Amino acid sequence: MSPAVAVAELDELWSAVGDPTRRRMLNVLLDRGEATATTLAGELPVTRQAVAKHLAVLDRAGLVAGQRHGREVRYVVRPQRLYVATRSMAQVAAEWDARLSSIKRIAESIAREQERQRQRQEER
Amino acid sequence: MVPGQIERWILIEAPMDVVWAVVTEPEHISGWFSDAAELDLRPGGAAQLRWDRYGTVHARVERVEPQRVFAFRWVVGGPGEQLTEENSTLVEFRLDAEDDSRTRLTVIESGFDKLAAPEDERLRQFEDHQQGWTKELGELGEYVTERGGP
Repeated sequence: MSPAVAVAELDELWSAVGDPTRRRMLNVLLDRGEATATTLAGELPVTRQAVAKHLAVLDRAGLVAGQRHGREVRYVVRPQRLYVATRSMAQVAAEWDARLSSIKRIAESIAREQERQRQRQEER
Repeated sequence: MVPGQIERWILIEAPMDVVWAVVTEPEHISGWFSDAAELDLRPGGAAQLRWDRYGTVHARVERVEPQRVFAFRWVVGGPGEQLTEENSTLVEFRLDAEDDSRTRLTVIESGFDKLAAPEDERLRQFEDHQQGWTKELGELGEYVTERGGP
């Protein structure tokens, strides 16, 4: 089942958050509120150059915004976009698949137990 | 498929009464959904879904047709928010008997297209619930990894 969403836009969002380094960067930004590329590079096992590249991807996807303060650019997370990314239809579908699987597991184990009890009663 | 809703189903090797109990009884809901659940199983009845790491999400029972349909609205914005038509989606479970011992369980979540845009209010809540967002981001990452990335 394909999610009914603006696919191109979501693809960009997905590939932006699909990278573990970029997700770690988003987490650092969430923790700190804002950070420069230099700060981010200091907190993660990546070069400042790589951080700048990842920030550009996050910026294009609309997940972060840079604000100039004098000579430095401080980055913040854009919550609305993160909201879209985390509540994307694909994510919702995946969550329900997981929940339905759990319901199936619980219900089938109850049904098997009931069947065993029925058989034991018949044997008596 | 209508935009703004998702529909999933699964075939379960259990009779309808068992599936109904698992879907609607708090004791079981805490096994497949939240860490704890309270539920007044009648239309209009209040419900709370509590996650230890996330908080309590408010919900309201909308339809109860024993062993056939169970529907509720729940808040999607964040934990603690009171439920309104603008911050909640409708979740509907439908049960269909495949035969005496098998049940097809369908879930439809709808109303995503009617959610109010996350504006200032959402921004404030966002500040309050960064933990929850960080967790969701982590889970999103796991899912993306599982499906091999876009």
